[in-house]
Amino acid sequence: MAKVLMKGNEAVGKAAIEAGCRYFFGYPITPQSEVPEYLSNELPKVGGTFVQAESEVAAINMVYGAAAAGARVLTSSSSPGIALKQEGLGYIANASLPAVIINMMRGGPGLGTIQPGQADYNMAVKGGSNGDYHTVVLAPASVQEAVNMVMEAFDIADMYGTPVVILADGLIGQMMEPVEFNYVRREGIPEKTWALTGKGDGERHNIKNLVIDPDDCEAWNHEHFETYEKIVANEQDWEEYLLDDAEYAFVSYGTASRVVRTAIGYLREAGFKVGMLRPKTLWPFPQKAFDKWDGKLKKYMDVEMSMGQMMPDVAYACNDKNKVEFYGRTGGNVPSVDEIVEFGKKVMGGDK
Amino acid sequence: MSTFSSIIAGFGGQGSLLMGKIMAYSGMLEGKEVSWCPSYGPEMRGGTANVNVIISEEGIGSPVITKDADCVVALNQPSLDKFAPVVRAGGALVINADLCHMNNVQVADGVKVYEIPANKIAADAFGGFKLANLVMLGAVVYATHAVKVDGMDDTFAHVFEGGKAKFIPNNKKAFELGYKYAEENCK
Repeated sequence: MAKVLMKGNEAVGKAAIEAGCRYFFGYPITPQSEVPEYLSNELPKVGGTFVQAESEVAAINMVYGAAAAGARVLTSSSSPGIALKQEGLGYIANASLPAVIINMMRGGPGLGTIQPGQADYNMAVKGGSNGDYHTVVLAPASVQEAVNMVMEAFDIADMYGTPVVILADGLIGQMMEPVEFNYVRREGIPEKTWALTGKGDGERHNIKNLVIDPDDCEAWNHEHFETYEKIVANEQDWEEYLLDDAEYAFVSYGTASRVVRTAIGYLREAGFKVGMLRPKTLWPFPQKAFDKWDGKLKKYMDVEMSMGQMMPDVAYACNDKNKVEFYGRTGGNVPSVDEIVEFGKKVMGGDK
Repeated sequence: MSTFSSIIAGFGGQGSLLMGKIMAYSGMLEGKEVSWCPSYGPEMRGGTANVNVIISEEGIGSPVITKDADCVVALNQPSLDKFAPVVRAGGALVINADLCHMNNVQVADGVKVYEIPANKIAADAFGGFKLANLVMLGAVVYATHAVKVDGMDDTFAHVFEGGKAKFIPNNKKAFELGYKYAEENCK
């Protein structure tokens, strides 16, 4: 298939359809409104269903229902809208149901701004709903990667029975880049034998959320964590950029990592041995990457479009909080190349 | 040139985003990496609606351009005032001379300024300003050689698909008028 130039928001919609998603429930919000706009046109053409719900809360609970019925189902929103969906997300996680949630983040907190941000890291990675749970969190840095990750998200969700969050931002949603769509379904995805499809003459299925006996509830939590252990073992993903001879590494994801990549070009020209370790999965956090490179790196330079929400995870991953320095912009601002170059020089010991 | 970076800016409605889309498409059809990164929000309703276009033979880092732009295209005065300082030394600054002027605008050393009366050229040819953006685009391609002129037919066919194909002849003509004006007047 030839490459086409597509906006991130439309491309993730197409990616979902290519991956077999036929149900979308959502509510418009800048900067992701082209996702529902695109799917409202395209889902009916492939026999799918698009519903603009009355609210984000309604939409996530429709996702819960469709997931329980065995569908590949998607919702998308941007930061304040995703905040509204947190209760439903926790229910879906507790019921071990597969679903994909796209967050094209904007600046916050509250209504915030419509410009791009990364300050929903904690909400996505640490759990914005109640209880002991995780969701897989994938962080694309380009439109093509967003496409690939949406496709992968449906497979991961079905493989483990878990919601998967695509944590992108307004810039990736609004930007156009060349993309191609090559969905290859993973091997080993289990049949949805538990799905609520109508009993008929078959066995009784039951998807539930309330486990009134604390021993039963604890056992259920333990079951979830057995799954999470498998995800941590199997699904960590990251990119290593110019690390082979590096003494210092930026740690950055998504749009911020794009600016870091350009800044590294300037810093390398100035003689600094610097690269980047870019998490592609934020949960599970790529501990394996840190285990691999930590011995030869002097410092980690964390760059985010937030006040440093990922920093504790970097410190934990390298087991030395003194090795982690941070620079960030927030509230809808993207750091400039110059700002990151200056930050890098300061950490690495001034001009060469 | 392995990477070309440009900012195209004007009032919302002047067609800066479409200009950028045509450039990005051309780059993609030439087999290069491209990114098209728009401003979104209130600028779309006035002010300095802009798009950052990067065409590169290698992977693209920041899709947002904050320094060393190879080219800035200004369709109005606020855009010229805001983005002229971003052009790198020796780069190109292409302005719609009917709507902005270079008085008191500071640029880096060796920046070449292309002053294109795009509204007048469009009005003379088509009786209105709508295609001034494509006139400007022709001048930009002459000034920068960022994309190949002989690939434009293919690009137009991709950008103006289906029912929009009827717009190709005039868009193409406007492009050619801008290219020719720059060629003859901006040596």
